[in-house]
Amino acid sequence: MTFRREATMLANHRWLSPIFLLILVSFVTSIALSTRANNAYWVSSESGTDVPAREITPRMRVPPNLAQGLAGWDQVYSVLISPRCINCHTAQNYPQQGDDRHRHFANVIRGEEGRGVPALRCITCHQEVNADSTGVPGGPDWHLAPLSMQWQDKNDRPLSSAAVCGQITDRKRNENMDGKALLEHHSEAALVLWAWNPGRRPDGSMRTLPPLSHAEFVNATRTWVEAGTPCPRGR
Amino acid sequence: MATYQLNVNGQTKKVDVDPSTPLLWVLREELKMTGTKYGCGISACGACTVFLNGVATRSCIVPISLIADQKIITIEGIASDPVGRAVQNAWVEKDVVQCGYCQSGQIMSAVALLKATSKPTDTNIEESMGGNLCRCATYVRIREAIKMAAETI
Repeated sequence: MTFRREATMLANHRWLSPIFLLILVSFVTSIALSTRANNAYWVSSESGTDVPAREITPRMRVPPNLAQGLAGWDQVYSVLISPRCINCHTAQNYPQQGDDRHRHFANVIRGEEGRGVPALRCITCHQEVNADSTGVPGGPDWHLAPLSMQWQDKNDRPLSSAAVCGQITDRKRNENMDGKALLEHHSEAALVLWAWNPGRRPDGSMRTLPPLSHAEFVNATRTWVEAGTPCPRGR
Repeated sequence: MATYQLNVNGQTKKVDVDPSTPLLWVLREELKMTGTKYGCGISACGACTVFLNGVATRSCIVPISLIADQKIITIEGIASDPVGRAVQNAWVEKDVVQCGYCQSGQIMSAVALLKATSKPTDTNIEESMGGNLCRCATYVRIREAIKMAAETI
């Protein structure tokens, strides 16, 4: 009863309406200005130019900062040096296999284009899909990464995070891929996707997967790319 | 079961098999072309080597469903190729064969090598033939025969 009486009293005070309207307009304006400021920063950060207000869309957002970008890279690096990836990013003239990353059996050789040698090309054995009945993995155009993308040293030890990051962001070495292309590569390249569908070993057990899911890997790559592909310091 | 039309040694062959059947077993069991041998069944010995569109391929691990219209050349058809003929002649001349079980795969790989490298070095031979095992250890004669074939091509 008390509440109803007070509400009636407020309603009778007509002078309250303009004040309420003023507060509402101020609130909406401040929200809009805040959003525009954030968008302008994001767009500037990516393209180097300001974007007219009419082109700002809700998808634009504040980019990750340097620390977030480096954290994203750490996650990306943890995948790149996992056996499913690094076994074909060797510094030698041969691929590796297995979680212990031993040299590929039968003295398989890299060859001039990373696709093996005559009579013993990668596709001599590796077909377009995994052969789970035999344990031979497969994917489209099975081949080694170029030597410019070697993520190991000559003793088959993984390179440092800084060194791998330096390679991947060097467009003279990475087949001229910018951040967007790197994100696309990690999202869609058939042999990258294979790492999360590596099939069975010859003994029938499943091959181990990279430490992140593919979705997590792509998200980490996106964060790193949106932060400007920062690399950690050091060698 | 599914029906597949294959191009084997220039001839069209029709087979009705399970899609997962390896090419090796289609050749041997369905088409009765037993020159291609079963060795390990896991692509590790090279005895089952055939050409798929000119690429030396282990037929034991290629399911028939992946063949499509690729041209298959087997040991039965290799003599119609000049390089294949030269390799076979050299094999006979050097008396390479001992038990012979691996030799059809060895010859197919040797032809693939010579088609890509007409004058192979010892290193070329070792690298390209490294996936073909011979329990009789005829490797020295295989190397000699490849070099002899290279001279005649």
